[in-house]
Amino acid sequence: MTQVDAAALRRTIPEVVGILVRRGADFASAEDAVQAALVRALERSDLEGVRDIRAWLVTVAWRAFLDQVRSDVARTARQERLATELVSGPVPQRDDTLALYFLCAHPVLTSASAVALTLRAVAGLTTRQIADAFLVPEATMAQRISRAKQRLVGIPLDQPGDLSRVLRVLYVVFNEGYSGELDLAAEAIRVMRQLAALADEPEVRGLLALMLLTHARRPARVIDGRLVPLAEQDRTRWDVGSIAEGVDILQAALARDRLGQYQAQAAIAALHADAPTAAETDWVQIVEWYDELLVLGDSPIIRLSRAVASGEADGPQAGLAALHAVNDDVPRYHAALAYLQERVGETDAAASAYAEAARRATSTLEQQYLLRQAERLRRQL
Amino acid sequence: MAKYLMLKHYRGGRPAVNSVAMDQLAPDEWTAHVQYMLDMEKRLITSGKLVSSEGLSMDGAWVRFDGEGRPPVVDGPFAETKDLIAGWMLVEVDSYGRALEIASELSAAPWAGGTPLGEWLELREVMGAPPADLG
Repeated sequence: MTQVDAAALRRTIPEVVGILVRRGADFASAEDAVQAALVRALERSDLEGVRDIRAWLVTVAWRAFLDQVRSDVARTARQERLATELVSGPVPQRDDTLALYFLCAHPVLTSASAVALTLRAVAGLTTRQIADAFLVPEATMAQRISRAKQRLVGIPLDQPGDLSRVLRVLYVVFNEGYSGELDLAAEAIRVMRQLAALADEPEVRGLLALMLLTHARRPARVIDGRLVPLAEQDRTRWDVGSIAEGVDILQAALARDRLGQYQAQAAIAALHADAPTAAETDWVQIVEWYDELLVLGDSPIIRLSRAVASGEADGPQAGLAALHAVNDDVPRYHAALAYLQERVGETDAAASAYAEAARRATSTLEQQYLLRQAERLRRQL
Repeated sequence: MAKYLMLKHYRGGRPAVNSVAMDQLAPDEWTAHVQYMLDMEKRLITSGKLVSSEGLSMDGAWVRFDGEGRPPVVDGPFAETKDLIAGWMLVEVDSYGRALEIASELSAAPWAGGTPLGEWLELREVMGAPPADLG
């Protein structure tokens, strides 16, 4: 199967799950059946001949569901009736794909479970692909998904959901980046596009813009296995198409005058993207956007980022003063401290802070970058 | 989400609350100890948190490269006084807090007299890829 076919197939997954549920299947069984049909479809090479991929998936998944019901030794009378009476029928037109997003991000689920279930039922990935992306055994991922679905038993698909939870789950997926063959950041963007078509909310657009603007920098972020910080990135490597699209989406969202955290973060990303060189960055405006973010919800990580931005806008002393108000156990505190200390000429302290930041890093790329900074400063002493 | 490694130390680590030596344990006490860990493992598998879990044999050695074309240097078996890792459990969870809870549960495995062992476990976060929003 070509990549285009696979993508088209995956796009239809949430809709097909919804159709099976409306025909009378419970969510857990419907989702299992659709996964079985998806795996079968991906193994086939002759899907080119299939004109309506959605109808094909519905048929195969419904058959898989019926087989499951029939083979269930402890089947109840209700299942029996389903198996015999509801053999097939017209595909209902009502689209509750959005409801499926809500269900997969339901508050009863842990973040890990919500991510796994969303990737399978909404993004249309196979259990194996998800397990590979998180570097865990397939059985672990299968159990995580199965446990998640058990927790959702009895929760109907047609209840209003919390869009902010869906966005949080997709942002977690985006931030997982890419470790295996599967690019989770690209998957998150793909699903966000689908979500934006279903839910026309400024924050949905804001998160899509944020992802596009962040993703656009990726070709410049790691060069020869080394992490390149924003200020030193070769900006000609940035994906101008993604940037233009992200800025357009963001501007339309902001025009609706319902600011939220994702729009504000996207605005900061857009200001970085807009600067031809690091030196031309509009730091004053960036600090203002961090202030907006603090109004929307105070967090030590935003205060840390604001301190760094303030170090650029108002000078490193101002940045250090702002940083002193932040607790030193916030992730990347020591990296920010080192950066500002170097800029005020405290080379010795900066080298130690970089070494401390490296000690606390939770990714090897980041750690190597920080160690190189510590080493560079020590050579200057 | 992050992965956390829980290392069990056989000796050389901090002394456990229930300090009865392993060879002083009654057979059924040992069985209860192992069963506790197997049950816990099963629960972690069912909830999709377990990545891997193994016990290590007591025998081991230190090995290092000793120059091109030369046989590796082997130092071992481990001397009695050295720290010895007895096994590990690798889990993937949402938060550090959840990892602490699981480690605490593992540390509570029953020991002599059926009371919790209260052993010290080394808890370490596994390094991953940098998040997409960095840089």
